[in-house]
Amino acid sequence: MISKSLRARTYLFIAFIVVSNPLGNTFLRAGMSRTGAPSHWTAQALALFFWKAFQSGAVWLGIGLLILFFICYMLLLSWADYSYVLPASAASYVVVALLGSVVLGEHVPLGRWIGIGLICAGGALVGRTSPATGREN
Amino acid sequence: MLTHAMKEVARGERWTWRIAPLRIARALAHGSLWMGVGLMALAFFSFITLLSWAEISFVAPATAANYIAGALGSKFLLKERVSKTRWAGVLLVAAGVALVCSAR
Repeated sequence: MISKSLRARTYLFIAFIVVSNPLGNTFLRAGMSRTGAPSHWTAQALALFFWKAFQSGAVWLGIGLLILFFICYMLLLSWADYSYVLPASAASYVVVALLGSVVLGEHVPLGRWIGIGLICAGGALVGRTSPATGREN
Repeated sequence: MLTHAMKEVARGERWTWRIAPLRIARALAHGSLWMGVGLMALAFFSFITLLSWAEISFVAPATAANYIAGALGSKFLLKERVSKTRWAGVLLVAAGVALVCSAR
């Protein structure tokens, strides 16, 4: 018998994971694209590259979000099945497509929308199963 | 590996929000966690290396296969109970991911 609080807590963590991972990556990429690639692959140029990268607020925000994502991911896995978490967190693909479409005005091809539909359907099916098939903790 | 470390760290303990930082701290001391992180880093670098010469439409099914491998690993290595409903969900997600990654 799966408690309501376990399920609620699981959904909360999944929701956070599914949003924080794409957002964190987006900020990181935005910051890094403004930094540009390293000029040479020497220790000096690389040091300068990382120095420039860490001047970017977007990079820090991205890193912060990704750290929070990873902490939540680890905590979630301490009670939920990996075979539950993995497909459930595929909803992040949906978030990425939506972010791209709504925020960046990207064109999302039909095939991708169909794929998103399949991911949602699959996620819904997995979500109906019990998050923890072991003992509850 | 990550799941294994986290399950070990949480064994027999009831969840409270206050316990969360303790679980993280214990996990960071657990060897399997670092093995898991190492493997994930390896997978990531292999992925971006692959992307540097392979078409994304080739890489997409590989990403989708990850979901099936994950479910198989969960069943046989972590001894989770993967019901038929969950398998159906995994297959739908894998198909969806393959489409999302390869659609032009």
